[in-house]
Amino acid sequence: MDEPLIVVVLLLVAVSATAAVAVRDPVHQALVLAVLGVALALLFTVLQAPDVGLSQLAVGSVLTPLLLMLSVHRVRRREKGRKGKAR
Amino acid sequence: MTRGARLIVLALGGAGLAALLVAACLDLPGFGGTWHPYGDRAVEASLSRRTANTIASVNFDQRAFDTLGEMSILFASVVGTVVLLRQTRDEKRGKPEPEEVALPVRRYALIVLPVAVLSGLYVIAHGQLSPGGGFQGGVVAATALHLLYLGADYRALERVRPVGLFEVGDALAASAYVVTGLAAVLGGTAFLANTLLPYGTFNTLASGGTVPLLNAAIGMEVACAVVVLLARFLDQAVEIEEENGKR
Repeated sequence: MDEPLIVVVLLLVAVSATAAVAVRDPVHQALVLAVLGVALALLFTVLQAPDVGLSQLAVGSVLTPLLLMLSVHRVRRREKGRKGKAR
Repeated sequence: MTRGARLIVLALGGAGLAALLVAACLDLPGFGGTWHPYGDRAVEASLSRRTANTIASVNFDQRAFDTLGEMSILFASVVGTVVLLRQTRDEKRGKPEPEEVALPVRRYALIVLPVAVLSGLYVIAHGQLSPGGGFQGGVVAATALHLLYLGADYRALERVRPVGLFEVGDALAASAYVVTGLAAVLGGTAFLANTLLPYGTFNTLASGGTVPLLNAAIGMEVACAVVVLLARFLDQAVEIEEENGKR
């Protein structure tokens, strides 16, 4: 197993995971989360676990960010509606 | 309890946890290496039942009962979502307006959609042979369907995705898994034991006894569950509005 590749991908995961925590806006956070999902999928593939990598790719980088974006959209729409009514 | 006392308790707990974790890590086998007692046994068991993908054998044969638990978690969470995100009395359903889609986005979505759905179905069908399986393929196929929302509009998606049908499919697939397990009991062995069907020829689609059946049931369950889940979230994000004029 080529160790340098593992180290590079591990660093990638650490950087994107830190970014996901550091970013404060939920929409940007969902996008960074998708990048983190791809990085984790890469890590699992490099560590010879393609089955887990595939699940991570499908759930971590597509489904979870999508659900987050839809929830944020819903909350923002409701806030806009409330403001409109108050006026 | 005062703030100081709380901090002391927290420090004690944290220190204990850290000590236990370090002690456990010192006893771990080294990174990589060639000694894999569990892996060797799992591969042996999977080969004896002619399942080419050992992970599928672990999921749907050696630990099929664990997978039943995982499937129930997904099923229960979908039921919970359906109940929580329903249309309440003070909400009304708005008509979402179709919006212009940029031509490249539309072209990309409509070209990728069939390829992605087909890849999802391929991953489900070959779960017992190559990496992937019902769970991964189900999520891919279900999310791929939503490219129609990107490429066309919400109403086009609603037309190809009758949610009621997918809810029924979800329940049917979940019961199919349990029924396959009960069939083993009726056949005179244990629940979900893989002894009912012939194991077939190694590395063909029908090999592995009940593994392809359980895999297909999970594929259908996950695909339907994700479609229903996303449908409820999309409903809230796009269609359902709070009633105006009240309060």
